[in-house]
Amino acid sequence: MAEALLTLAGVHTHIGQYHILQGVDLEVREGELTALLGRNGAGKTTTLRTIMGLWKASQGRLRFEGRDIAALATPEIARAGVAYVPESMAVFSDLTVRENLVLGARQGRLDSARLEWILGFLPALGKFWNHQAGNLSGGQKQMLAIARAIVEPRRLLLVDEPTKGLAPAIVQSLLAAFRELKATGTTILLVEQNVSFVKRLGDRVAVMDDGRIVHAGPMPDFAADRALQMRLLGLAMEAHT
Amino acid sequence: MNDEFVPAQQGKGAAIPAAALDYAPLVLVPAVAIAMLPLVGSFPTWVTLTVAGLAMGMMIFIMASGLTLVFGLMDVLNFGHGAFVSVGAFAATLVLLPLGDWTQADSLALNLSAVGLAIVVAMVATAAVGWVFERLIVRRVYGQHLRQILVTMGGAIVTEQMIHVIWGAEQIPLPLPKALRGAFVMGDVAIEKYRLLAVAVGLVVFATMFLVLNRTRIGLLIRAGVENGPMVEALGYRIRRLFVGVFVAGSALAGLGGVLWGLYRETLTASMGGEIVVMVFIVIIIGGLGSVGGCFLGALLTALVANYAGFLAPKLALASNILLMVAILLWRPAGLYAVARR
Repeated sequence: MAEALLTLAGVHTHIGQYHILQGVDLEVREGELTALLGRNGAGKTTTLRTIMGLWKASQGRLRFEGRDIAALATPEIARAGVAYVPESMAVFSDLTVRENLVLGARQGRLDSARLEWILGFLPALGKFWNHQAGNLSGGQKQMLAIARAIVEPRRLLLVDEPTKGLAPAIVQSLLAAFRELKATGTTILLVEQNVSFVKRLGDRVAVMDDGRIVHAGPMPDFAADRALQMRLLGLAMEAHT
Repeated sequence: MNDEFVPAQQGKGAAIPAAALDYAPLVLVPAVAIAMLPLVGSFPTWVTLTVAGLAMGMMIFIMASGLTLVFGLMDVLNFGHGAFVSVGAFAATLVLLPLGDWTQADSLALNLSAVGLAIVVAMVATAAVGWVFERLIVRRVYGQHLRQILVTMGGAIVTEQMIHVIWGAEQIPLPLPKALRGAFVMGDVAIEKYRLLAVAVGLVVFATMFLVLNRTRIGLLIRAGVENGPMVEALGYRIRRLFVGVFVAGSALAGLGGVLWGLYRETLTASMGGEIVVMVFIVIIIGGLGSVGGCFLGALLTALVANYAGFLAPKLALASNILLMVAILLWRPAGLYAVARR
């Protein structure tokens, strides 16, 4: 069994007066894609932002590669090897595609071989290399955000709802991109509402509700248990295939 | 930025055009100047007003450019920025007054050397004051606009009083170096020498900032940070350090502006920075908060309009900047060059 790369134990997060995460226990194993599912407002995005240090956990332990990262600032967590693709894509609109990718390369230099590999499964970025990112379509921005996160090798990739609002053809491109990433052994924690998307990718699944993990286990077991899906998500996965 | 990778697919089948340069604000400055020629009536007077406006605009740009980056990068409203202008001007006296022999000599080289030394001392002094200001005052009020306004205004008052303690409460005369007095006369047109120097320094500052922002990695980080600071942090960059650097550099630029402004007025008061800071804020709002290019155009436009209004309708001169800001914001609510921000 793969080792846990990231472990959250009893994590609580408050945003202002709101108590969003209410004791999250989660394990992300090395080399696997863990899908984090749940209804709107369950706390999925807050979980990713808490891992990234963008919101501080008020209680609980966050361990990455055995190291406590709860007290670290966001840049330190990123430097430890965690990459983050937020829900809003957050590409830098005024910067070109190339400049966005250069920022992702903290060494200050783009690795040609790795870039060729990335453009192999995200070819649109090559076409718009010197275009301002703000002019890209939603799908292209999402591809750029993912490419920026992986332009250098990272130990863990946090991705928040990459398929949100995208056309089916673009979703298929993203599916191929995630398969490519998985094939390289990249560890991924993927928040998604599109259950058919994660069913085809996920090794493991965790389901959130009201700021807690209410189910965790292998994806194939979850995908096969229609009653469990109905109870936790209010729908069955095959309804989305 | 040391990356020479060019993808093979670049440009093939591109479905969207590259972003076109937004020319409208660029046309605005010459358009206003040309439109004023028939109203002013006399060509020599128009040239004098225009050059004076450009010179004043350059000085305001130098003072405002750091402030617009500070606001854009960390969302900090620094109402104490004017104090750096005053500190810069007074620090220059530490060089210019003792070097009276140099400034009153007939040698342009000696005059410029004295001014150059004064600028270096002023920029170092204001950079140091800016660093202390950020550490003691600004750092504690990130994300709290009302407190930022209150404490930075308080910081400005304290700084002005410190100037009184060190240099006294009286005005200090700061005569222009000999070679920079007077004007070049071409026919009926007279252009003051010092204004040409101010234009030249302003252009050098603008070109330097343009190159740093567009051709260096630190500039790339600043541009990205202005747009979305948390995302820059999530990429592993310590934006607080970047911010301190920008704050210190912005303070130093305010100091440079203070030297130029002080020599232009030829009289220094501790409140001189506070008096111009309202205009500085108007300029960065007109330009688009966080935009250096917008700040440059906004400064030129504001100063030109103030000069033309002062000549054509003196009673309107005081209100001209506010009216200009209202007109620009009705046209472009986020300023001439709005910076995409999250």
